[in-house]
Amino acid sequence: MNQIPALVRVFAYLSLLTVGGGMAAFPELQYLTVDVHQWLTQPQLIHLYSIGQMAPGPNMMMIVPIGDWAAGALGAVVVLVAFFGPTALLTFGVGRLWKRLEAWPWRDAIQRGLAPVSIGLLLAGCFTMAKGAIFGRETAAIAAAVLMILLQYKINPALLIAASAVIGALTLE
Amino acid sequence: MSSTEATVAAPAPADVSIAAIFTEFLLIGATSFGGVVPYLRGRLVVKRRWLDDRDFVEMLSMSQSLPGLNATNMAVLLGDRLRGGMGSLVAILGICLPGAVLLYAVGTVFREHVEIPWFSAALKGVAAAAVGLVLFTVMQLSKKSLDGRIDLVFIGLTVIAVNHFHLSVLWALLGVGFIAILWHRPRKAKPVTGAVAK
Repeated sequence: MNQIPALVRVFAYLSLLTVGGGMAAFPELQYLTVDVHQWLTQPQLIHLYSIGQMAPGPNMMMIVPIGDWAAGALGAVVVLVAFFGPTALLTFGVGRLWKRLEAWPWRDAIQRGLAPVSIGLLLAGCFTMAKGAIFGRETAAIAAAVLMILLQYKINPALLIAASAVIGALTLE
Repeated sequence: MSSTEATVAAPAPADVSIAAIFTEFLLIGATSFGGVVPYLRGRLVVKRRWLDDRDFVEMLSMSQSLPGLNATNMAVLLGDRLRGGMGSLVAILGICLPGAVLLYAVGTVFREHVEIPWFSAALKGVAAAAVGLVLFTVMQLSKKSLDGRIDLVFIGLTVIAVNHFHLSVLWALLGVGFIAILWHRPRKAKPVTGAVAK
């Protein structure tokens, strides 16, 4: 059965739910892909999720294997375009519009007002992450060490992440 | 404190080639372990100086307010700023490509969940490190793009709204954002000349 139209519909819809990050769409993703369309099982979804967290780049690339499993390589491409296309166009349009409002006095106010909220959202995300990620002394030490090293030295954070992965593999099993 | 705005204007992005944009975003897409935002700032603001922290936070605000992932929305906005529509296209392609190929490969190999203890343990190490990394980025951005103490209050309110009252990001943006925008509303005191000197 041809799953392509359903993939387009589901992932274009999901992309609109991702205000503030991909995880906002996760419950609906689970419902639509596992329960409704049965493109994969619940354990498979969790499996993809954990691998996706490990991968570099935008953190929703777990959708690629879902597209692949549902409809082959074409499905993988379709899912990417459906998920990233509409929001990219919207952002592009709003970005252009924003640039044209340069002389509008409120533009600066909005910018200044949203700046601390943006940083607050990053911080809130960080705390949410910490709730799951920081347990016991080792994980707290890793987080603290990464922060200290970054504050002190100019170093590529990917190296620190890689080192933390090794430390984790050796000590957290 | 009401000095000229122009002094904090971004260094005008020099002629950045399409190839350079694609390469840079491809690199970020391939190495951004533990979250994309810190790497975007590290590469584009600190290393390349294609924009400053204020512009970065402005684009981040827009990325968070709109649907779409922060990573790809930032790529679209930065690409457009550097080189127009074509810049946007190669930026989003670049940042998505490595992760997409990797997950595709993983998907063809591992269809079933296999419990690999050392892998889950490594994942825990990464998650802990990511907390430190994001904290660092928050500190850097706060230092360079805020307008005084009151903004720390708005940061605090946002965190409380999301973490304590479990408001969705959208409501936190609308609620706290509304108050913060009103606070920073255009003042009549000095008649601002519309266009800031380029």
